[in-house]
Amino acid sequence: MNGGSTPKISVRGLQKSFGPKRVLDGIDIDCGIGESLVIIGGSGTGKSVFVKCILGLLHPEAGSIRIDGVETVGIRRAERAALMSKFGMLFQGAALFDSLHVWENVAFGLIQGRGMERANAKRIALEKLAAVGLGAEVGELRPAELSGGMQKRVALARAIAAEPEIIFFDEPTTGLDPIMADVINDLIIKCVRELGATAVSITHDMVSARKIADRIAMLHKGKIVWQGPADEIDESHNAFVDQFVHGRAEGPIQMEVRAV
Amino acid sequence: MITFLASVGAAFLSFLAATGRLVNFALMGLAGAFSPPFYPRIIARQIVYMGYYSLPVVGLTAIFTGMVLALQSYTGFARFNAESAVATVVVLSVTRELGPVIAGLMVAGRVGAAMAAEIGTMRVTDQIDALTTLSTDPFRYLVLPRLLAGLITLPLLVVVADIIGVFGGYIVGTVKLGFNPASYLTQTENYLETMDVVSGLVKAGVFGFIVALMGCYHGYHSRGGAEGVGQATTYAVVSASILILVSNYMLTTAFFGK
Repeated sequence: MNGGSTPKISVRGLQKSFGPKRVLDGIDIDCGIGESLVIIGGSGTGKSVFVKCILGLLHPEAGSIRIDGVETVGIRRAERAALMSKFGMLFQGAALFDSLHVWENVAFGLIQGRGMERANAKRIALEKLAAVGLGAEVGELRPAELSGGMQKRVALARAIAAEPEIIFFDEPTTGLDPIMADVINDLIIKCVRELGATAVSITHDMVSARKIADRIAMLHKGKIVWQGPADEIDESHNAFVDQFVHGRAEGPIQMEVRAV
Repeated sequence: MITFLASVGAAFLSFLAATGRLVNFALMGLAGAFSPPFYPRIIARQIVYMGYYSLPVVGLTAIFTGMVLALQSYTGFARFNAESAVATVVVLSVTRELGPVIAGLMVAGRVGAAMAAEIGTMRVTDQIDALTTLSTDPFRYLVLPRLLAGLITLPLLVVVADIIGVFGGYIVGTVKLGFNPASYLTQTENYLETMDVVSGLVKAGVFGFIVALMGCYHGYHSRGGAEGVGQATTYAVVSASILILVSNYMLTTAFFGK
């Protein structure tokens, strides 16, 4: 983080529940301008909920989320729409629109969100597809005709198409083979650096976390139990982090397994 | 006794809450009609999908409904020597009631289910969240075009259903029942009033809106993968069909009730 400057994202006391289950229980975390923050944690610990709260897709019960120092919790729909232009998002399952061609998916935010003329938007979409290693011919295909790795690349091209200030990556390497996962990691690093964007990623893939993170935070039972520079994670001296990083069944993190 | 009253009260409150959510959803969908951005290409695509591609199923049901109506009217009225009323009964029944109701139910089955499945799949695969992150309001992009298409398309379909239904009655009346073609058409024309057709078209607009609203509402709120999408599809068709029949009674009372 740039010392002394206002964090790009500042979260304080964030709480979110679904019925009686409290998923986020007072999250406090900052992310600096141009920083790559990776949130790690097991399945069901609230990582996706945390990102969806920042994006405004879920409404927290309590707490503060500031973007560039401006409070975003409880803002009006029009203000939220304007704020969205700062964000890009790569969804876990890619979330490409089945009914549109690949290039239309990439250009969607430019055409529908910013009112750009289609020919111009298509040119930018093809540039972004090239940036993630996909040729122009892929642009004319439908998402269903692509492999999982190609869909992730298209989703990455869509996330960066409007050159957002903050990009969120939800499990970017889940479901990919190790080589394709590394390709995606490299593309994330390249794209984020070229844009100068702030990146917030959530993953349980430690290889990916180590590669793309400047800073890592661990979420467990709705709380941040550790955060620090990515290169210090092996010396965290935190029992939760150690168990997670080494993938041990024994430790303070107990998997909730119910009898069938 | 108190337990019973509590459960009745809880059910009533639950009904009111569900109604409130539905009305709120409809208002959020319609609110987008008063300010840009507009999506005319998507509205046009929905009109074609809802209207043009529903023509075969609506036409088929309309023609057989008109034919059966003529046959049944004849066998019933023959007991009172009132066979000459067949043409009148066919045209009034088709334009006032059967045209809009049959078209509404057919479109609910064909289009309402597809809408719920499409939007439901978009929901469970994060495509609706993706729309939001791409600065696109899902209500403007997904809901409003479908509501407008329902409102516009069903009256057009009902005009076609009315013509085909009356034609079905005419075919049975003249070919099978031996009516004179000219006198059948004269009877049809003499007793048909503008209000009969207009009331049917107003009903059709309401039914089209209901079909689209139910498809969008249940699809938008679907949860839990393929099973959730399947449930949403079922709810969309069942609730639209029930609401069509209930609102049909209310509209008939409003137009023709004494």
